[in-house]
Amino acid sequence: MSSQTEADRRRLRWQCRRGMLELDLLFSTFIDQLDAPLSAAEHADLLHLLGCQDQQLHDWLIGGNEPEEPRLRALVARILAAQSGATASSDA
Amino acid sequence: MGLQHRHFDALIIGAGGAGLNAALRLASANHRVAVVSKVFPTRSHTVAAQGGVNAALANVLPDNWHWHMFDTVKGSDYLGDQDAIETMCREAIPTVYELEHAGVPFSRLDNGKIYQRAFGGMSQNFGGEQAARTCAAADRTGHAILHTLYQQNIRARTHFFDEVFAVDLLRDDAGVVLGALVLDIATGEPLVIESKTTLLATGGYGQVFRTTTNAFINTGDGMAMALRAGVPVQDMEFYQFHPTGVAGKGMLITEGARGEGGYLINAQGERFMERYAPNALDLASRDVVARAIVTEIREGRGCGPHQDHVLLKLDHLGADVVHHRLPGIVDICRVFQGIDPAKQPIQVFPTAHYAMGGIPTDRAARVVAPVHKGPEEAVPGLYAAGECACVSVHGANRLGGNSLLDILVFGRAAGQDIERYLSENPHHRPLPQHTLDPILARLERWDRHGEGEPVHVVKADLRKLMEDHCGVFRDHDTMAKGVEKLRTLRERIEHARLQDHSQIFNTARIEALELDNLVDVGMATLACALAREESRGAHSRIDFPERDDVHWMQHSLFWREGDRVEAKPVRTKPLTVESFPPKARVY
Repeated sequence: MSSQTEADRRRLRWQCRRGMLELDLLFSTFIDQLDAPLSAAEHADLLHLLGCQDQQLHDWLIGGNEPEEPRLRALVARILAAQSGATASSDA
Repeated sequence: MGLQHRHFDALIIGAGGAGLNAALRLASANHRVAVVSKVFPTRSHTVAAQGGVNAALANVLPDNWHWHMFDTVKGSDYLGDQDAIETMCREAIPTVYELEHAGVPFSRLDNGKIYQRAFGGMSQNFGGEQAARTCAAADRTGHAILHTLYQQNIRARTHFFDEVFAVDLLRDDAGVVLGALVLDIATGEPLVIESKTTLLATGGYGQVFRTTTNAFINTGDGMAMALRAGVPVQDMEFYQFHPTGVAGKGMLITEGARGEGGYLINAQGERFMERYAPNALDLASRDVVARAIVTEIREGRGCGPHQDHVLLKLDHLGADVVHHRLPGIVDICRVFQGIDPAKQPIQVFPTAHYAMGGIPTDRAARVVAPVHKGPEEAVPGLYAAGECACVSVHGANRLGGNSLLDILVFGRAAGQDIERYLSENPHHRPLPQHTLDPILARLERWDRHGEGEPVHVVKADLRKLMEDHCGVFRDHDTMAKGVEKLRTLRERIEHARLQDHSQIFNTARIEALELDNLVDVGMATLACALAREESRGAHSRIDFPERDDVHWMQHSLFWREGDRVEAKPVRTKPLTVESFPPKARVY
């Protein structure tokens, strides 16, 4: 089972490759900063989010427009928090 | 275990606007078309193009393709091939109408015609009043075009190989290109795609520079594949930098910020553009501003603990102006610098944006190279279009609104010429086994176990090296040292190792193969930039500050073998009109 999880993680990382640099940076920072593996539900939410179009993701993550679905909204907030943590630590 | 082989009429590598436009034409004509894309197709970098497509439709102001041609030749600093530029500007008009019919939701005027906006470098009547030539679908033109083309390709039954990485071209002893060896990222299995024709449409290579606007996928894969197949690349010294990218990240802070009254300061709080451009100040041309920023940093007046950026001040403009006129910049600064630019200055550094150079092609998108008879012999079966190609319509510098146009017109031209080629060459040629051997050997090299440097370390060093030695500050000594360092770095790759040798979604292996590509295009860029001893368009040399039409009105060709640079004539003769002779490029 553990190798399956590892393959899933790597697949997820490749899904984070987008057409826009902004999204590449946000998703890769989020994945790099995870200190524990995602739960099955979190993994499913992230896959769902990564399945959205780049323009939609840009609106949510950079344009400040929140997704309607509460679970996606929470995930968007986590991704932004990871970026904000990374920015703060690089300034320190 | 034998390799699996698949057979197609056309193999298209890359699923951005150029690749998908070619694919659509061919699939609609019932050819068997394969599109190979390392990411899901609608995540290609075309999606990030916001500006629009230039076409002389004359919907807003008087216009014609000949004026568009003049602007493009002038913008290219006279290095663009005028036959290709004429083709692009003429074909722009039917190309935009074709996209409109395919369903691209262009913004409209009240009378129902396509809206066209004004953009820098565009004129009426050969250098007169501002023209309005750029067709846009709101601020998401690239996205609209990419999605429309993708849907149409699905309808036309184009076969998509998603998340499949193209490793190398297959070329037989007669020099005919027979397809490519690709790697399924999900399984790690190589696959041979035999094809009567192959189109490289892999986009740019901004990732070779540390600070870039390009997405992670833009690693010059097609250009490096061409180089390894013995095909040269052209005009790689011409790389467009924007003076103000978000420092350490790369995203663009548009010129609009300085247009609204923003200005740059160094660590001493000094408004340094006063020294470099006393009249135009912060609105001087892009290359002047970019070089000024790097000069400040090189001379120790950079800001921050590492003195590695300067500051763009907008706080004096007031929150109203900043938030209402520059909302995109406010968003970027909030997310990536944690600041409100109405209150704090933005940390900026020049950012690599667009490659004018690439794989040399003629105006039918056929890849051309000097072999026996002349400078432009077609490589049989091989085509290139889009940012990875150099046709050359942008010459030494590209105008806004001409890059989406380039990918669409020459993607379409590739489709047309591939149809002709297929009618003349209806059968697959035999694929000799020995053409696969060096490619499989390269794959196996990355499977070696043992101690060695990790790929990401070498990649970070490469990107820093290219930024320091072949960015906006170019002189002989800086670049010669860069070539030397890059040769050393290339040796290091021989000893780099992957830690992960698994098969399923081994993205580390893909990143290693991308590093091979980045090193090849990096060397091409450095070698061409070192060779060209003049300043023209985006290539500006401290030690040769003037354009030199007597010695350098020529293209550069770089061969991987021996890191060789040679000259190739510019095609100054258009198809049906008079040439535009070189003049000083003044705006």
